[in-house]
Amino acid sequence: MKQPITWQIAAVKTIQQETPKVKTLTLRLPDWIPHRPGQHYDLRLTAPDGYQAQRSYSIASEPERRGEIDLTIERLEDGEVSTYLHDVIQVGDQIEVRGPIGGYFVWEAKLGGPLLLIAGGSGVVPLMAMLRHRATSGSQVPTRLLYSSRTPEDVIYAGQLARWQALTDGLKIFHTFTRTQPANWAGYARRIDSEMLREVAHPLLPAPFTFVCGPTPLVEAVANGLVQIGVPPERIRTERFGPTGGSG
Amino acid sequence: MSDRFVSRGFTGKRRQKPEAVERVPPGQYLTDDFPVLSAGPTPRTALYQWTFTIEGAGGESIHWSWQEFLQLPAQSYLVDIHCVTKWTKLDTRWEGVSIDTLLEQIDLDPRAVYVTAFCDGGYTTNMPLPDVLNGRAFVAYRYAGQPLAPEHGGPARLVVPHLYFWKSAKWVRGLRLMEKDKPGFWESLGYNNRGDPWKEQRYWGD
Repeated sequence: MKQPITWQIAAVKTIQQETPKVKTLTLRLPDWIPHRPGQHYDLRLTAPDGYQAQRSYSIASEPERRGEIDLTIERLEDGEVSTYLHDVIQVGDQIEVRGPIGGYFVWEAKLGGPLLLIAGGSGVVPLMAMLRHRATSGSQVPTRLLYSSRTPEDVIYAGQLARWQALTDGLKIFHTFTRTQPANWAGYARRIDSEMLREVAHPLLPAPFTFVCGPTPLVEAVANGLVQIGVPPERIRTERFGPTGGSG
Repeated sequence: MSDRFVSRGFTGKRRQKPEAVERVPPGQYLTDDFPVLSAGPTPRTALYQWTFTIEGAGGESIHWSWQEFLQLPAQSYLVDIHCVTKWTKLDTRWEGVSIDTLLEQIDLDPRAVYVTAFCDGGYTTNMPLPDVLNGRAFVAYRYAGQPLAPEHGGPARLVVPHLYFWKSAKWVRGLRLMEKDKPGFWESLGYNNRGDPWKEQRYWGD
């Protein structure tokens, strides 16, 4: 169990542009081991003179995909690592990674449901690993995703989410757009509040497994709101990132 | 990996100023923000219900109410803090009570060589007792001249600046002194039992 998590050299297999500011890198790992959905990898860059920079990135892919992982990365203007991953790295390049890491912000099908997922911006990434695992493993536990984005163009994985939305396997997806909305939008168009949480979570109450990931103010507000509507605090797992906190 | 790997095209645009380099542990970067990382919702305990407890290894214990805690001799601290999620923040300013001051108030069973901090919300973290002695750790209730905000662990948090910041337990309510070591919350979930940032002890096996 307590084996060291060692560095390995992965190869960039594909790069996909998800939104104007977000890319997904698919990495092939020589020493791949299955992760638990919600876990992350550390990534390390080394300059010719030995200077190094490390960051953590959530895994977006499901553990059923052997030998490779997807990392979805938002480009931060002042970011040292995220700008390299967006502007410099190419298919075929090598990159040092180690993982998977983290044992709390994880959901596996065997845990059951119901499952309540709440994301702000690129906070959707670890939740996507859970949803992909849910779909691949054939789980039909009642699941709801509430996903807050500034604009429709900022929605990561929009195509996959729309395809899932059309299925009837127990997954329902709710978007809220805080800045601009699609034409004729009848859905939510504000920041997540208690009323929205109650409407979305209601069928899953009293005690869904709840995962919240996003920028600190959103996670703080959502976690407090969930406690307010009666979700037991011990069922609420959070992962927060600040302007330079959890990614960069 | 003794042959150093080099990332093609990476030069590093966020290098620290020379005077800061020796204060930034390996794999860390400097931030001016104060990011918030917590595993769950922020607990809120009313101050009139708040107590701080030290439980000795031999069953002895001592409690302080919030008012009593504020009466204890306090100190100011200027320390650098290092989060396992890679950020380091220099010169953070705190006020609080040294663990030495708290332990002076109780006759301790000398068999106690480990300590577990326990918190509102159920969080725990463990360390060898010497890591909190001799001015190395304190319970803080003010940060940057203000009462400590709830999302940063207020009303009071443990601060152990020489270890990764998950050891600096938010919403701390007491210390349990123990004969045997017992991994806390993150220490049971893949994170290093000691967490020395200068040895880059982030995860199990580091």
